[in-house]
Amino acid sequence: MIKGTELLVKALKEEGVDILFGYPGGQAIDIFDALYGEKEIEVILPRHEQALIHAADGYARSTGKVGVCLVTSGPGATNLVTGIATANYDSVPLVCITGQVPLGLMGNDAFQEVDIVGIVRNICKYAVTVRKREDLGRIIREAFYIARTGRPGPVLIDLPKDIQQELGSEEYPKEVSIRGYKPNEGVHVGQIKKAVNTLKKAKKPLFLLGGGVNISGANEKMLQLAEKTGIPVITTIMGKGAIPSRHPLYLGNIGIHGSYAANHAVSECDVLFSIGTRFNDRITGKISEFASKARIIHIDVDSASISKNIVVDIPIVADAKLAIEKVLEYVIPPKIAPWVEQVQAWKEQYPITMDRYPGLTPEKVIRYINEHYDSPIVATDVGQNQLWTTQYLELESNRQLLTSGGLGTMGYGLPAALGAQLGNPHRQVFAVSGDGGMQMNIQELATAVALELPLTLIVFNNGYLGNVRQWQQLFFDRRYSSTCLTYRRSCQRNCLDKDKCCPPYTPDFVKLAESYDAYGMRVTQEEDIPRAFAYAGEHRKAPTLLEFIIDREANVSPMVPGGKALDQMILDC
Amino acid sequence: METKKRWISMYVENQIGVLAKVSGLLSGKNYNLDTLTVGETEDSTVSRMTIGLTMDDVTFEQVIKQLNRCVEVIKVVDFTDVPIHKRELLFIKVSSCHEKDKEEIFRIAQTFDLKIIDYDKNTVLIQCIKTEQGVNEMIALFRRSFVNRIEVVRGGSVAIEAISVSER
Repeated sequence: MIKGTELLVKALKEEGVDILFGYPGGQAIDIFDALYGEKEIEVILPRHEQALIHAADGYARSTGKVGVCLVTSGPGATNLVTGIATANYDSVPLVCITGQVPLGLMGNDAFQEVDIVGIVRNICKYAVTVRKREDLGRIIREAFYIARTGRPGPVLIDLPKDIQQELGSEEYPKEVSIRGYKPNEGVHVGQIKKAVNTLKKAKKPLFLLGGGVNISGANEKMLQLAEKTGIPVITTIMGKGAIPSRHPLYLGNIGIHGSYAANHAVSECDVLFSIGTRFNDRITGKISEFASKARIIHIDVDSASISKNIVVDIPIVADAKLAIEKVLEYVIPPKIAPWVEQVQAWKEQYPITMDRYPGLTPEKVIRYINEHYDSPIVATDVGQNQLWTTQYLELESNRQLLTSGGLGTMGYGLPAALGAQLGNPHRQVFAVSGDGGMQMNIQELATAVALELPLTLIVFNNGYLGNVRQWQQLFFDRRYSSTCLTYRRSCQRNCLDKDKCCPPYTPDFVKLAESYDAYGMRVTQEEDIPRAFAYAGEHRKAPTLLEFIIDREANVSPMVPGGKALDQMILDC
Repeated sequence: METKKRWISMYVENQIGVLAKVSGLLSGKNYNLDTLTVGETEDSTVSRMTIGLTMDDVTFEQVIKQLNRCVEVIKVVDFTDVPIHKRELLFIKVSSCHEKDKEEIFRIAQTFDLKIIDYDKNTVLIQCIKTEQGVNEMIALFRRSFVNRIEVVRGGSVAIEAISVSER
């Protein structure tokens, strides 16, 4: 007979968990005690539970393993909520264990009691309270299975304190069988053949690849398929890296900040072969004009993603990798030379650039990374920093770009990079943030210092919440409502004087980094980019924050205004 | 797109929170629910839900997919166009009844196969078991005949596959 906590630790080991992201508290103290001195599992202590779950998320996205979170009840649990929704949207496998007040106290409004299962029910793949000690092993086994199979996602186990302490069986089940959960493991060959036949006759076919290709690890097969057929490829932000982004067949991201070539290709194509995408509104633009000339083939492991936003002609419910392998077996390359020539011309004629801004630009910083680092992992925050990064960053494969694509969670970048560095100790990891998002989880600098991580944090500082400011500039007559981060109460109201009388920025990011015992450097000129990265490279046992002061009103271009079709993009905004 | 009435019969885990999961999913996705009934089945680990919704084909397909995605949902069956038996329980209490009203109520009960299950000097309680449509019609009838004097409680439909009857 062993305690519930001991069974939990045993289960974690059996699941191959070697890193766990935890923050202790009253109702989780027994679990932390069981982990004390445990050699096979390293417990990481981030400084806030929201950052904790983003770190587990970054670890999971960058390694493909399940990220594990352990927090206490009440506020510990509720601080996970944003991270659970983030992971759920982007199909990230997490198992979150929350301490809970003893069963007998549940419902009594006990200290630090919340109904966390009720709170997260609609934003996770599965959430469950353990109500009997004898169910504990099975529930943990099922949680890991559900998190990592099918369309992956976050699972929450709420573990009351008395179950943690109760003695019971030490058996951890090997098998798992859940009657309400049978992930699709096959491929419907008939549908594959239909898709292949449609493709064979196409004059203007196009591959649209989403995050599902990267999650299933179909990259190599997908590259083979693209090369065998010669069909051009576009991706969503989550799908970037599905084939190497420098590949001649790759036209760029689609969507409201996608490339001209990608957006026009999707508007002009006659067969859109889409894999592992949800057709989210950020990529479709005006939905009635999306790929309006095309027959649409859609492969997705989640049947609920098929024909949800876009009505599909040939649906295929399957894991992307399995389906792509089958397509490779049957596919006959179509004759499409004029089409390829056309899209290549668009690609050459309308590259994405920030050339109109003199001096230091995010483009130059990201391109520096492209030229000097071999397959780095880059976690972004949300906003302009994310859009610039996903536009300019070159990727070799999957698990390199970590970004909150679905929920768009500010504060994601730094902790996600931290988790990724822990999972990939020998790789270069960057966090790219804006000055707004960096302050949403800045406390994780302490964690990165404590763990001696050689993270490089890139802050694009324009003193604004830049993405919203860009919208305000373009569509709200420059009424910069609540987006200026240099604002002081003594500023004149409705100020548009962006250069002259602004108070100094707070915080001083360089001093702030130093106060955490990290390194910091401010960069104001283009010429200093190499020096800055060299400075960061000197510190192999501590994080370095590089603050790049950029044009306050630099915009992300091109852009499809809200409600417009993809080919009605503003090239220069 | 054209909306129509749909019926779903669903097997779910008989656990705390499953009803909240299903109703929360439907409301969270902005799907409008007409009725939902739930109860334990012959297997005490399984509950069965009967759900009535009014929506178009595309939305309904999404609802089925979303429900199927829930780990707690064991099986979803579309009852919209299959032979089923479907009944709803209705109680109507009519108050301030004179003798004449009572006579009228007893006549209605006889005509429409309703059951008087309780009464006193001024009040009559009627039990009605019919399809949803039948229940609607009975409520309309009583509302017309006994203006502002009726109290209505209805249970939502339960449904089961027919054996040899094809009439719905």
